[in-house]
Amino acid sequence: MTQQMTREVALWIYERMCLIRNLEERVVDGVMKGKIPGFAHVYAGEEAIAAGACAQLTERDYITSTHRGHGHCISKGVDVKKMAAELYGKATGACKGKGGSMHIADIDKGMLGANGIVGAGGPIACGSALSAKTRMTDQVTVCFFGDGAAEQGTMHESMNFASILKLPLVFVCEHNVYGEATPASYHCSVGDICARGAAYNIPGVKIDGTDAFAVYEAVGEAVARAREGKGPSLIEAKAFRYYGHYVGDPATYMTKEEIDGYRATDPIDKFRARLLRDGLALAADLEKIDARVLETLEEALAYAESSPWPAPQEVLGDVYAVYNRQRR
Amino acid sequence: MSERKLTFREAINEALRLEMRRDPRVIVLGEDVAGGANIPHLEEKNDEAFGGPLGVTKGLVTEFGRGRVIDTPISESAIMGAAVGSALTGLRPVAELMFIDFLGVCLDQISNQGGKFRYMFGGKAEVPMVVRTTIGAGLCAAAQHSGSYYSVFTHYPGLKVVVPATPYDAKGLLISAIRDPDPVIFCEHKMLYDVAGTCPEEEYIIPLGAADVKRAGKDVTIVATARMLHFALEAAEELATSGVDAEVVDLRSLSPLDEDAILESVKKTHRIAVVDEDNPRCGLAGDIVAFVAQFAFDDLDAPPVTVTVPHTPVPFSPALEAAYLPDAAKIAAAVRSLF
Repeated sequence: MTQQMTREVALWIYERMCLIRNLEERVVDGVMKGKIPGFAHVYAGEEAIAAGACAQLTERDYITSTHRGHGHCISKGVDVKKMAAELYGKATGACKGKGGSMHIADIDKGMLGANGIVGAGGPIACGSALSAKTRMTDQVTVCFFGDGAAEQGTMHESMNFASILKLPLVFVCEHNVYGEATPASYHCSVGDICARGAAYNIPGVKIDGTDAFAVYEAVGEAVARAREGKGPSLIEAKAFRYYGHYVGDPATYMTKEEIDGYRATDPIDKFRARLLRDGLALAADLEKIDARVLETLEEALAYAESSPWPAPQEVLGDVYAVYNRQRR
Repeated sequence: MSERKLTFREAINEALRLEMRRDPRVIVLGEDVAGGANIPHLEEKNDEAFGGPLGVTKGLVTEFGRGRVIDTPISESAIMGAAVGSALTGLRPVAELMFIDFLGVCLDQISNQGGKFRYMFGGKAEVPMVVRTTIGAGLCAAAQHSGSYYSVFTHYPGLKVVVPATPYDAKGLLISAIRDPDPVIFCEHKMLYDVAGTCPEEEYIIPLGAADVKRAGKDVTIVATARMLHFALEAAEELATSGVDAEVVDLRSLSPLDEDAILESVKKTHRIAVVDEDNPRCGLAGDIVAFVAQFAFDDLDAPPVTVTVPHTPVPFSPALEAAYLPDAAKIAAAVRSLF
């Protein structure tokens, strides 16, 4: 069953992909210039996965994310201004400056958090899927995880757990070739991680993760299956990351030829060309979106830069147990 | 108050049952919490289901069905993560970690995920989950099934930790824990399961973070929890025969901690002994002593004393296990050294 992508969806995906790419390029710049503190892992090169997958979800559906989570946040509707302010560590950030790049979340939008622990999203996704099943809603959870996370015990536990309980869950493996600096050809026991679906008795499919159409279609089928109560699926989206593991990673393990090769099949260029070819968009539509993306980002970064730092007493807020006598 | 008696095990079961009746969001999940899933004769007659190796959740599946009393694979990270994720999205899960010693296979989901979400997400997330777990030596269950690592969880600022000592407290504290908006580690001492005590039928709550003076006294404060509380009370009776009037303070919650109750007692008695079944390094006993030293030093007439297990894993042999554990005699001897 192939689902036709409408013009509206196509333009939505295009805008998300452009927003992600532009934000990530500015994050790289901001970290290198010392404006953005801490660790940042950028998603450039993988935009088609988050945008294509989230185009199949409603605001009520859930996602769990990874340390490379900016693309998931944007695709699930987290406010870009609040995201930017969070990256800067400002009081107006999505998490009031207490989370940073690796912990952006917006529960109301179904974004259950970027995550600093590789493979930690799997069990949490089992939880939100179990919650939807128990409450008898039709909400689906998409669990994004990388090829590196595929080797964590948590992911194996989660796929088995979701399979036996027939949870409404779609595991989307974002295969970007490297787990940190170690290639999947070394760290992974199988050539295609989707083959592991067989071990958990769930469908496992491999798709081109740089093709938003392929992502949209495969996730659409898996989401429909999940909504019908038929249980989880595993999708392996093959892609590449344009930068190192983290911003500042010299990435000596990636060759120039390799990067150039992947950049030659850039997901945004490819999507743009197909939209024009298939008549889903006119050049003028896309130019309008390009301009809007730049405007949105200018506004978001200006907001982040001009926002105040959190007040020092904010350190003590939002904890579970309050101690009246500070011991330090 | 009703004079009905329940065992510690029955009191916990009743708290779960009452909360599950009251609130459809409450689910119970873990290994064999029902038992017998997919086994036809048990699926039909759920009242015969296992209810966990320690029998605490027995009968819940009969009343609430397998949709709310969920048997899981032996996958502790998935269980704890499923509790975190379902708590984040509208349920009130009570997940079972069969033995606290198993924290090593799922600590990330408890402390690093559920325990940090509210803070890390800027106060915009709640994780109302309870982890029921068993603690304590005494069954010759050896080093991997007898620990009392509540201090580990107390160390993490995002978790609440409850350590009840009586059936009455267990019921009221578990109901509080289930209604609490934050993750609570609820520690059940294995050796207390068959201990009976007064426990009213109706629902009631005991607030988290409220200690209870289980025996009033004027000469010395003995701080204890769980099974150690019972040994402390025994020691207090023994001390009374030699004219030492001990006050026994049951902390009940380790996080939040009732700091006022500790200080109030010490300011009255001027002496303190802390009893702890967890290992002593960087643990509860040292923490309470440091607290008293920092905030009530001038009230003390003697250096604080601790009565803990040694800093070793729990040994297997009954002879060694008895040597390992504090008891009433050891507590009484330690208290006498204060005078």
